[in-house]
Amino acid sequence: MTSTQPRGDVAVDGAPAGDPVLRVRGLSAHVAGQQVVEHVDLDVAPVGVTALLGRNGVGKTSTIKAVLGLIGRSGTVELDGADLVHLPTHQIVQRGVGYVPEDREVFSGLTVTDNLRLAERRGSRHRYDLVYDLFPELQERGAQAAGTLSGGQQQMVSLARALLNDNQVLLVDEPTKGLAPRLVQEVSRVLARAAQVAPILLVEQNLQVVRDLAQHAVVLTDGRSVHHGPAADFLADDALTQRLLGVHAEGGGEPTDGGSGHTGEERA
Amino acid sequence: MSTVVLLLFTGVGLGAIYFLVASGLSLIYGLMHVLNFAHGVFLSLGAFLGFEVASRLGASTWTGFAASLLVGALAGAVFAALTERVLVQRLYERHIEQVLVTVGLGLGAVALFDGIWGTDPRFISGPAWMSRTTHILGANVPNDRFVAILVATLVLVGMVLFLQRTRYGMIIRAGVENRAMVTALGIDVRTAFTLVFTIGGIAAGLGGVLASHYFGYVSPLLGQTLLIFAFIVTVIGGLGSLTGAAVASLLVALLQQFANYYLWGTGDLAVVVLLAVVLLTRPSGLMGRRA
Repeated sequence: MTSTQPRGDVAVDGAPAGDPVLRVRGLSAHVAGQQVVEHVDLDVAPVGVTALLGRNGVGKTSTIKAVLGLIGRSGTVELDGADLVHLPTHQIVQRGVGYVPEDREVFSGLTVTDNLRLAERRGSRHRYDLVYDLFPELQERGAQAAGTLSGGQQQMVSLARALLNDNQVLLVDEPTKGLAPRLVQEVSRVLARAAQVAPILLVEQNLQVVRDLAQHAVVLTDGRSVHHGPAADFLADDALTQRLLGVHAEGGGEPTDGGSGHTGEERA
Repeated sequence: MSTVVLLLFTGVGLGAIYFLVASGLSLIYGLMHVLNFAHGVFLSLGAFLGFEVASRLGASTWTGFAASLLVGALAGAVFAALTERVLVQRLYERHIEQVLVTVGLGLGAVALFDGIWGTDPRFISGPAWMSRTTHILGANVPNDRFVAILVATLVLVGMVLFLQRTRYGMIIRAGVENRAMVTALGIDVRTAFTLVFTIGGIAAGLGGVLASHYFGYVSPLLGQTLLIFAFIVTVIGGLGSLTGAAVASLLVALLQQFANYYLWGTGDLAVVVLLAVVLLTRPSGLMGRRA
């Protein structure tokens, strides 16, 4: 078991070899005067998928939003060694951060094509070949208003918007939320392919998806990061997953607390 | 019959002027969540500078009138862009302060106009054709109504084309829906902020010149008086909706005209009642996305 409390510049135990692409230290964040992230340290490995886990409401979504500057935050957020914490959101994103938000957040009044065109970042390639290869449906439905798409199709738009550009890191927040099992597999397959292009920080409740994709895991409790280590080791430790996630990971299912595991209570 | 026709054209003409003010208000609120209480100032400034230019070039000539429209639009655009850059943008995301600063600017600018042009109304006349009437279905409709309707229609078409066909239009539409997500795609939404203010300023400046012909005068309070009705229009139409602003402009202006004529001058009251009814039954307005 590798449970650690990293401080300052001490490398996080269990993190992979090579400098992390995204390095977060002492991150705290607040929404409307209320502290939603207390103290988070995490490293996103330069390759593969790093999972950000924890029960509902512990601050996973808030952590992602704080990294992006979508909510007020302090601490250190370094992308490839450069501190981002004082930059506005659009400049952080322009440095190569792709974001797939919790509730897809497609622009419902815009067409699928316009949603993608809007996501084209200056100074980046626009990888329509990759996007339309992964989601041929989006090409067929290009002229359709994104608001009229199904949940699964909207998730494709949301993923496609992030994958369209060259990214140093992808922040993907609960991409399988509310999707049918077949679509969960589809999203999982897409993320596996995306992880070959850019490293991913993934918030995910479905532990089977985590098991399939993630090499590393960071676990939050009450706005604090309390565990860092290889994902497989963490998921194999029944007592630890029970304590930190309230779930028996061996079953590979959803967390047992909070019903479906998606209460939306984390929304900022 | 002739009375109804006259009220219709007069109502639509007034609706055109409301739309020129309300469209900018609605776009600005939709994207930035700022209620711009200085918007009437853009209108008054456009009207005054248009008046100055027209009277120098010859108020009764079409050249003078065209120049007044051009200068009115330009004055509105420049003043609106400066307002956004110098005052509103510094208070990014601080909505109460943003509203307060526009209220202050509104009061200060009216005082400034008082100082420059005096508090008395300046009476306006345009090309002779505009003060004549056209005979339609038994009614003698003043020609300036047609000009107001034509200009407002062109502005509406221009705005729709801009919003639908250009990248910045796309950013504005997306931003009205979900501004945080626009920034999370790496877009500096502040450029769009300046742009909606500028567009709102152009429309209001044109509205100022047309309103001064419609009412026959320009005064420092012209803009802020129209602003009250434009706010009502914006709320009824749904904050952030351009189509809503267009529909509600006509609705409010026609109701006002007809109630004034048939219900003993109760036009303003009727508009407030309509506002109350809409707020009670559809709190987000006729075409508003959400409450």
